[in-house]
Amino acid sequence: MTERLSVRKTYKLFIGGAFPRSESGRSYAVNDAKGTFLANAARASRKDVRDAVVAARKAQPGWAARTPYNRGQILYRIAEMLEGRRDQFTDELRGSGLTKTAARTEVDAAIDRWVWYAGWADKIAQVTGTANPVAGPYFNFSTPEPTGVIGILAPDGPLLGLVSVLAPAILTGNTTIVIASEPAPLPAITLAEVLATSDLPGGVVNILTGHRTELAPWIASHMDINGLDLTGADEDLATDCEQAAAENLKRVLSPTTNDRATDPGIARMTAFLETKTVWHPVGI
Amino acid sequence: MTVTPTIPADSGLAEITSTAGSLRGFLHGLPGVDQVGAEERAARLATRSIKKSAKAEAIDLAVSMVDLTTLEGADTPGKVRALCAKGMHPDPGDASVPMVAAICVYSDLVAEAVRALAGSGVGVASVATSFPSGRAPLEAKLADTRRAVEDGAGEIDMVIDRGAFLAGDYAKVFEEIVAVKAACGQAHLKVILETGELVTYDNVRRASWLAMMAGADFIKTSTGKVSPAATLPVTLVMLEAVRDFRARTGRQVGVKPAGGIRTTKDAIKYLVLVNETAGPDWLTPAWFRIGASSLLNDLLMQRRKLTTGVYAGPDYFTLD
Repeated sequence: MTERLSVRKTYKLFIGGAFPRSESGRSYAVNDAKGTFLANAARASRKDVRDAVVAARKAQPGWAARTPYNRGQILYRIAEMLEGRRDQFTDELRGSGLTKTAARTEVDAAIDRWVWYAGWADKIAQVTGTANPVAGPYFNFSTPEPTGVIGILAPDGPLLGLVSVLAPAILTGNTTIVIASEPAPLPAITLAEVLATSDLPGGVVNILTGHRTELAPWIASHMDINGLDLTGADEDLATDCEQAAAENLKRVLSPTTNDRATDPGIARMTAFLETKTVWHPVGI
Repeated sequence: MTVTPTIPADSGLAEITSTAGSLRGFLHGLPGVDQVGAEERAARLATRSIKKSAKAEAIDLAVSMVDLTTLEGADTPGKVRALCAKGMHPDPGDASVPMVAAICVYSDLVAEAVRALAGSGVGVASVATSFPSGRAPLEAKLADTRRAVEDGAGEIDMVIDRGAFLAGDYAKVFEEIVAVKAACGQAHLKVILETGELVTYDNVRRASWLAMMAGADFIKTSTGKVSPAATLPVTLVMLEAVRDFRARTGRQVGVKPAGGIRTTKDAIKYLVLVNETAGPDWLTPAWFRIGASSLLNDLLMQRRKLTTGVYAGPDYFTLD
């Protein structure tokens, strides 16, 4: 019997719930840790960033208006679907150089992390919201509100890292533009395939693959993006992006070195939350 | 290509329009529109790439061609004043942005707009003749028009009686336009064909000629209240009509697509279409207008992207 020819894939971007090619028509080869060809990934351009921002902005009010309980359900459903693709994710992570056991551990940790964050969707308001004592006849309370559209530079830990930055941003009602890991974008695209078939509204998560240094400055300077997560940026890029982001007062989450295997806490969720305080007259 | 403006100003039009029969014969004698060809041509021209300095020029030209429009039942004098302020200074932070061509409002708000725009150079256009349906007795339509002109409207956007047109009563439509034109006096008359209700390109061509022969200064695609509104192929057919009309009579008529043009990209497609179909003579606010409301902010955002190098956001521009 002749040897079967391998089916070589060219992956696309994920913008507004659809899978378009890059506007530029470019792609780049993704190799495994040994240098063997795995697949082609689309190499996004600034115009894809622009389109992704339009999609994210359009989706944002509707996503934020859903009940936190509903957002939690949708995220939990995504975790269920990730579970169904466990083997595919494991294979892809092995392609990026992990052993079989390590890959399986990372996938399990990523799914568990997603479930953990899904549970937070209808609880974060209780933790970060307050009823404030004031010296007057007012009931004064503060509630968290999403920041809006968030640009995320995902770290290179291809799945757990991506989940750890993406889930906390969207569960509070933000919408996102994610620049996937540059050397290992395939798990991000597979995640996009999961998101596309889940109940997540199109545009809540937009995933771009390509060169970080090419795309990040456009995200940092874009006037219609409200927050910027620089987790995946190196020092120089982070500095440049922080300067560009200062122009329109984006909320910026600087790169941190925390170990993603440990309990992440609520810092990433609160990083992209605003606080709304209401003075409600009582007893008049 | 040279255009010979020496052709006699009438070219037998008076004879054509003298009886209902000859008018009908002329309109049905116009060559049919090749539907596939028109759509292909419009789609082909829409692929032109306009970049950098050409784009900057196109954006400024498009801004100066905008008829900034508010035609809602909920329009208030305050909203009209706000729109006028925006029309005079589209981007308050940048004085190099040109003014829009005109503000387009309902006839009862003309006086308000005229007051707000006094001395600015921005025109006031008023829809009239029981816009958008056009279903009212002729006396009411004429009263509507006269009132708008008395209040100071420099441009009147009238709607044709699509019912009469589709029933084949071209003479009625013709006489109505002539009557409204007379009521306009010095004001420019734009005739809205409402192409979304005319069904075929052949009808669009006939209606264009009918309006021009009746004395229209502009022909306009749509009210914006019917879908589809302005499309590229329809505008192509109308631009061909004004080109052919000038070649035959020597009189130049303007074109105004309205409704559904929301992005800079769309607007530039129309400018390309104008240049390639009617020619550069039409590429001025005097002969080509774009009826729009949300388009202006997109033009301003694109303009700022070109000047600052970073993508602009809608939070930094005024709401209409």
